[in-house]
Amino acid sequence: MADKPKTGRRAFLKGGLAAAGGLAASKAAAAPDTAITKVQPWRKELGPGVDESGYGLPSPFESKVQRRNVPWLTVDTKTSINFTPIHHLDGTITPNGLCFERHHSGVAEIDPAQHRLMVNGMVERELVFTLEDLMRFPRENHVYFMECTANSGMEWRGPQLNGVQFTHGMIHNVQYTGIPLRLILEEAGLKPGASWLLAEGADAAAMTRSIPLDKILDDCLVAFRQNGEALRPENGYPLRLVVPGWEGNMWIKWLRRLEIGDKPWHAREESSKYTDLMPDGTARRFTWAMDAKSVITNPSPQAPITHGPGPMILTGLAWSGRGTIPRVDITLDGGKNWHKARMDGPSTPFALHRFYYDFNWDGGEMLLQSRATDSTGYVQPTKDALRTIRGVNSVYHNNGIQTWFVNELGEAENVEIS
Amino acid sequence: MSRFLSVLILSLLGFSAHAQQLGLGRVALPEEVAAWNTDIRPDGQGLPVGSGNALDGEEIFAEKCAACHGDFGEGVDRWPALAGGDGSLTDERPLKTLGSYWPYLSTAWDYIYRAMPYGDAASLEVDETYAIVAYLLFVNDIVSDEEFTLSNVNFSEITLQNEPNFRLDDRATVEYPAFTEACMTDCKASVEITVYATGKDVTPTEDD
Ligand code: HEC
Repeated sequence: MADKPKTGRRAFLKGGLAAAGGLAASKAAAAPDTAITKVQPWRKELGPGVDESGYGLPSPFESKVQRRNVPWLTVDTKTSINFTPIHHLDGTITPNGLCFERHHSGVAEIDPAQHRLMVNGMVERELVFTLEDLMRFPRENHVYFMECTANSGMEWRGPQLNGVQFTHGMIHNVQYTGIPLRLILEEAGLKPGASWLLAEGADAAAMTRSIPLDKILDDCLVAFRQNGEALRPENGYPLRLVVPGWEGNMWIKWLRRLEIGDKPWHAREESSKYTDLMPDGTARRFTWAMDAKSVITNPSPQAPITHGPGPMILTGLAWSGRGTIPRVDITLDGGKNWHKARMDGPSTPFALHRFYYDFNWDGGEMLLQSRATDSTGYVQPTKDALRTIRGVNSVYHNNGIQTWFVNELGEAENVEIS
Repeated sequence: MSRFLSVLILSLLGFSAHAQQLGLGRVALPEEVAAWNTDIRPDGQGLPVGSGNALDGEEIFAEKCAACHGDFGEGVDRWPALAGGDGSLTDERPLKTLGSYWPYLSTAWDYIYRAMPYGDAASLEVDETYAIVAYLLFVNDIVSDEEFTLSNVNFSEITLQNEPNFRLDDRATVEYPAFTEACMTDCKASVEITVYATGKDVTPTEDD
């Protein structure tokens, strides 16, 4: 860390074709490649048969692809968080086993035969459902991102964690199979005046959140599958609430109870936590929607450029809790000039979007940023613009623009710029 | 006409126009609802009948809570503090506790009864919970008498000082109109790196 590279104006790519590319195809190898000339064991021997693994696992060569936590962040792993390795993923769907985890009293390991969903409060009939009962409701499939409200929360005072997994990895995006909550409430029958719902988990924290009934009736689901298979225990098996576009803490896992009322409950997770302290000492509450955000996942500190100058792929993720992401812009020069990234893959509301920027790297230093614009016209702000309003103690909802400094070796670092 | 209207209104509210019940599930027994429905609202809705005083609360707290939260709720090591921080909300490092930050006392009763002690949830008695909450009021200087008894009857008389400082989400007026510009060319004349993350040595590596 002796001498820090200065930003230097030299060598910032202007966006045109760099001279370095274009020649690779005519390069010749010095000696024959043994990957070709040597007969590899897998070319010769019989491999494992079917049924070697009833539930398949990734290649052992992918063993670095792991959720990870930051041990110093929390006092105990049972009330802690880990992070999705988004720099190791592409496309938009998060594999189930890599979905980040956040528990308040560890993972509830629930026997589905002993699980019930209760509806009580301001309803005509207080009801109890078994999982078998729930399987007989009409169900739907939707892909949604789920972002922890505190994603990027460690970065309010400046760049701290040097890896996109840790700065932006409290997010996942899976396809949920679930029952529109509206259908379950119709069974119970809402009483006049009903306007809030309290969702409660069955874990040792018995997590509760108040959610306005409008949102519940609009698009919330009681989900039991993610990416086609049963929810993972760490993601709420056998039932979880899905609250599209809204902060992750509201998506109650191990869901066991839905209470209907006419006022919010002001549970611990909507007063002590998940409220946003402003610089003047006042606080915002019920800041539910996750604002538009994007980040470059590659290159990034955990995913440096290893191939030298020439053609390269810059890619990342964008999302908005208020709609879709029609557009992401990229800068290579710290925000002097921006270029439209190429959006690719499905674009549906409240889901992750994938963007690419395919360009020729001239081997010079870069200051990379991405900036999302969502379908409401909202443009992802800079971190400084957020700090001007919110100060540095609001913990949650940090959707500011992320900067990676890339040096001439292709190594990337989490920085902030003027 | 009026029937049509009410069907229309119902469907606008999100109910299917022919909300035919599927008849799934069964009616919950009162005992079953009581077993799970322990939540407490700020207006006192849900509070069970009972009481406990701060002196008894101190003893229970010492036995069941102090190992993590400290004898006076000051917090041991990195376990959360439950007292203190009064006037710190505008400090560089605010301490947000029941006394300094929380808007409603009901949250403490609700949360402690449902989730504490950590590792042994759902073990506290109703009267024990009143006593613990009374003790937390005492260590937060919200009541000054250690003989103070908290009950379902006087619970709603207690207000917390920071309640008026909470407001609803105002991003739609304060922030959204300000965040609509997306400059594309010649957006700034110069750029300097102001802060680096490296050197802080706080990031786990893939080999850890
Ligand atoms: C083994 C350690 C431990 C013990 C014992 C314990 N707690 Fe806790 N307490 C915690 C942890 C950890 C949290 C934060 C949980 C989370 O992250 O959701 C917490 C949170 C709390 C909070 C909310 C703090 C806030 O600012 O939001 C209160 C109130 C509380 N505990 C009260 C109690 C009481 C009362 C007892 C005794 C009956 C108790 N705790 C026993 C570890 C403990």
